[in-house]
Amino acid sequence: MLRAERLRHAFGRIRALDDISFTLAAGETLTIFGPNGAGKTTLLRVLAGLVRPQAGRVHLDGGRRAVGWIGHAAHLYGHLSVRENVLFWASLYDVPGRERPARVAAVLDRLGLGGRADQPVRTLSRGLLQRAAIARALVHDPSVLLLDEPFTGLDLAAAAEFRALLHELAAAGRVMVLATHNVEEGAELATHVAFQRTGRFVALAPRGERGAPEIAHAYRQAMADA
Amino acid sequence: MRDVLVHAWLVLRKDLVLEWRARTAFLSTLVFTVLVLMVFNFGRDPTAIGPRDLAPSVLWVTFTFAAMLALNRAFQLELENQALDGLLLTPMSRGSLYLGKFGANLAFVTVVEAVALPLFALFFNVPVLPVLAPLALVTALATIGFVAVGTLFSAMVIRTRFAELLLPVLLLPFMIPPLVWAVMTTAKLFAGRPLSEMDGWLRLLAAYDIVFVALATLLFPVTVSE
Amino acid sequence: MKHIRVGRWITAVALALLAGVYVRALVFTPVERMQGPAQKIFYVHVPAAWATMLAMGLVGVASILFLLVKDHRYDRFAEASAEVGTAFSLVMLTTGPIWAKPIWGTWWTWDARLTLTLFLFFLFVGYLLLRSAVTDPGLRARYSAVLGICGLVLLPFIHMSVYLFRTLHPQPIVLKPSAPSLPGPMLVTFLTSVGVFTMLYVGFVVQRYGIGQLREEREPPHA
Repeated sequence: MLRAERLRHAFGRIRALDDISFTLAAGETLTIFGPNGAGKTTLLRVLAGLVRPQAGRVHLDGGRRAVGWIGHAAHLYGHLSVRENVLFWASLYDVPGRERPARVAAVLDRLGLGGRADQPVRTLSRGLLQRAAIARALVHDPSVLLLDEPFTGLDLAAAAEFRALLHELAAAGRVMVLATHNVEEGAELATHVAFQRTGRFVALAPRGERGAPEIAHAYRQAMADA
Repeated sequence: MRDVLVHAWLVLRKDLVLEWRARTAFLSTLVFTVLVLMVFNFGRDPTAIGPRDLAPSVLWVTFTFAAMLALNRAFQLELENQALDGLLLTPMSRGSLYLGKFGANLAFVTVVEAVALPLFALFFNVPVLPVLAPLALVTALATIGFVAVGTLFSAMVIRTRFAELLLPVLLLPFMIPPLVWAVMTTAKLFAGRPLSEMDGWLRLLAAYDIVFVALATLLFPVTVSE
Repeated sequence: MKHIRVGRWITAVALALLAGVYVRALVFTPVERMQGPAQKIFYVHVPAAWATMLAMGLVGVASILFLLVKDHRYDRFAEASAEVGTAFSLVMLTTGPIWAKPIWGTWWTWDARLTLTLFLFFLFVGYLLLRSAVTDPGLRARYSAVLGICGLVLLPFIHMSVYLFRTLHPQPIVLKPSAPSLPGPMLVTFLTSVGVFTMLYVGFVVQRYGIGQLREEREPPHA
């Protein structure tokens, strides 16, 4: 369960978050659409516990241990191999020592990195780097996933696979918050949709039966108003 | 408490592995150290100044520069792929992160010092062995002092402009007291004075270390929070 | 604006009193037997060093308060105190050697006061440089507070270093450091001077605080 209560945060005169509230139960996915600078990344960082909001609160079952983060930055060390990286992050999330090698191997296989597990991260292409970052985020089996433009750098095939993976994770009860400016990528996954602009949610509603084109239309309208 | 140490150790080990794989910082520090020793030796008039007159100052200038070079790289390691954010996302306490970085810096500087000392003894013809134990003590105490404050400050400057320039400027007033105490103690050691004469400075060094390690651990979360 | 006005008044009064102190020190206070007229710089330098240390101490205290309470006014005060402290220490570091050269024959001595002021100057410069290197106001305030607190904690160590060093390396000429051993009229001059310098510090800081407030009104740190 994830709940945001009246979050407010500003950097200088720029309002990054302006009275944001929502609640998500297990298995629900909130996709936030918004232009650059709307505050999507700030919202995710506040939810993750990286930033303490100037007002409002976040309730996240399980705390930081339960959060998996996938964003533009890979959070990986170039001079360590893929496996070494994922093992390191797993250990910081207190994955028990005995289980670690098996869990790491499993998640690497799931993401198609089994063959490259011992390659140094700095030799990976952008697409593979992103996949390794996803492995890092999932190895500790987080119940909440925060995704900040996660499809960046993935080619069509990899993106489709990743979407399938996310569907699986949602079906298994994970809570997900996905921020993106690309409606096609994020619409199908959502159970709830929000449009964010200059820190505010100008719309927040269950997706219902709407498909990507409808949501895209609603998004364009919401951005054109006011 | 045990968790704090375990996590700190994980960070420390990761840093040392990265340092070993990249090796650039270590090698350049060593080269620089040898250079300093040679310059001091060739820069004096052998008829006017005996090597032992310069010895304590030379030794400590060398150690200080080694510490500065080590501190510069401490948080730079985390810049690639924004790994620092990754570390802050984990359930690890901020104190663990500080202790891990502090330990890694300490290890790095200690290795450089251990290499520099025999070279120093060789070039400057100083009888180091008879006073090795107290010298090691003074060195350890002063190094802990530099590194404690330096690790704290390097976390701050990493997000500023001119980070590498700013760190020495900020550190200067904090390095001078332990440096002065260490140099004076070293001078007395090389002159064969009894340990009782250095009592005051050793106590000051110890007090400085305790106070600043505690203060740095306390203040560190402020430097990485947002 | 109110702060600046009040500050200007305090400064004006303090400067007038300072002139009075000069007159009293030079004309009406007895000459010290062993060191002669040169000793009179003591009435200006020691209080100035005191004010500089006060400036640093208050930066430290304000920093602690800021981190505890997160009230930006403490940060504004710390910035004001640091700038005033820098100015004071710069004046001391330039007048000290200028006075020392004809009197003692060297530009610099490792005299306790001068050394302490040099340290304080480094701390202040570092503090101001850090502030200028951070663009986000919230981060700037937090980083400055960390540095301010470290500086405050460093002060006793500097003190102990300088005095320990002096007892082992006695200077040929050492100005008497502490007031209580002064006879009557000298003590009065000295204490008055300390009071005046403190007042001068207050006047400058209040003005600078006011300026800081005006600047922030143009660009608020947090909405």
